[in-house]
Amino acid sequence: MAANDREVLLDPLFNNNPIALQVLGICSALAVTTKMDTALVMCIALTAVLTLSNLSISLIRNYIPPSIRIIVQLTIIASLVIITDQFLKAFLFDISKQLSVFVGLIITNCIVMGRAEAFAMQNGPKLSILDGIGNGLGYSLVLILVAFFRELFGSGSLFGIVLLKPITSGGWYNPNGLMVLSPGAFFIIGLGIWALRAWKTDQIEDE
Amino acid sequence: MSRSNGYIVGFAATICVVCSVFVSGAAVSLKDRQVTNKILDRQKNVLSVADTEKFTPDTLKAMTSDEVDQAFTDGIRARIVNLETGEYVDDVAGMDASTYDQQRALLDADLSHEAPSNAAKVLRMPNHALVYQVVESDKVTTLILPVEGKGLWSTLYGFIALDNDTTTIKGLTFYQHGETPGLGGEVDNPTWKAKWPGKKAFDDQWAPKVNVAKSTSRDATYQVDGLSGATLTSRGVTYLVQFWLGDEAFGPYLKNFRETGA
Repeated sequence: MAANDREVLLDPLFNNNPIALQVLGICSALAVTTKMDTALVMCIALTAVLTLSNLSISLIRNYIPPSIRIIVQLTIIASLVIITDQFLKAFLFDISKQLSVFVGLIITNCIVMGRAEAFAMQNGPKLSILDGIGNGLGYSLVLILVAFFRELFGSGSLFGIVLLKPITSGGWYNPNGLMVLSPGAFFIIGLGIWALRAWKTDQIEDE
Repeated sequence: MSRSNGYIVGFAATICVVCSVFVSGAAVSLKDRQVTNKILDRQKNVLSVADTEKFTPDTLKAMTSDEVDQAFTDGIRARIVNLETGEYVDDVAGMDASTYDQQRALLDADLSHEAPSNAAKVLRMPNHALVYQVVESDKVTTLILPVEGKGLWSTLYGFIALDNDTTTIKGLTFYQHGETPGLGGEVDNPTWKAKWPGKKAFDDQWAPKVNVAKSTSRDATYQVDGLSGATLTSRGVTYLVQFWLGDEAFGPYLKNFRETGA
């Protein structure tokens, strides 16, 4: 793998993470991270949509008239999202019930639009696919991390397997109610960004 | 690089056609599976309240779709009830109990009507409801009634199961809602659902009395422990259960049932 490819694929994980550095796609990061399984399915769905939208937009990038390019990108993204949603409803019914509108909201997820406009419009299909996977993984990394803490401390379980038995089911653990509410995700993402910037000091913005 | 208007319109049209072919292709080819999933989900929910001990969440999870279907056809009978008169009808606009869809009827002005103002914030009611019955040796042992109403964020859709004395509750379940996971979403918690069986739905004047309350010390016959941190969802559950058991919904039917025993 050439150095450039590697950079495109791995940069979004830590150096240019879509959630932690660009602070995009926060709404779904707050909404679907109360449980690991919903977060994981959401990550897979977003990565699939992002990769495919990057690929298809990159393939036709030289034919898209600049005046209607945003609409064209949205049409393609929206179609991919609907198809993904249909697949989830057919094959992962229980989880799609819990994800409810949030799969549909991938359409408005800034990461997908952002990568289409900023990367796929200028680069070839191969790099665009790598960029899609990379940004999908960067998003997934943050979501899984947030979901890990939220499910563990909010419900005392991981992937629905009880680790800390809550008082409500006759155990000893008193679940942290803040973790299951959206602000809980805000705090975790905030702490995560703090930790990341303490490690990668070049991400700190100038005052 | 500027393009002619003709090119732009042509390009837009092509993209639309290509995208719509993909979308409709996926929707059409996956529809059967999705419908099966929906029916299966409903059947599982009916089974889960029909016999809370036999069909625990774990056993239901382990059952294949054929087994669920089999258990459903063997043990459950669907009947259409006219809510106003409380009597059984065999068909509604050409649909029998196996094809009648109560949710779809809400969209049809001929099959539904505006609900009287109610605390459960139900806006429209079907003229006919689809109820399920557990039948053992020709005797109805359990009635399973569909209920719905507003919680905090969303409308909760579920079933309440009553013993054939029409007042002893056998179970309550919601198959669709959008309440906060971990708070109002705890209506799905098996430990909480297990608090319902054995409660009495009606007082001695046959007015709905069962409710979700913060403290059940005073009147445990009618009260179910509330969900902590989910006051509004708890209140919504109280309202919707009382509304659907009341005179404006299943009241006439339950009265008939008590008098005729079927």
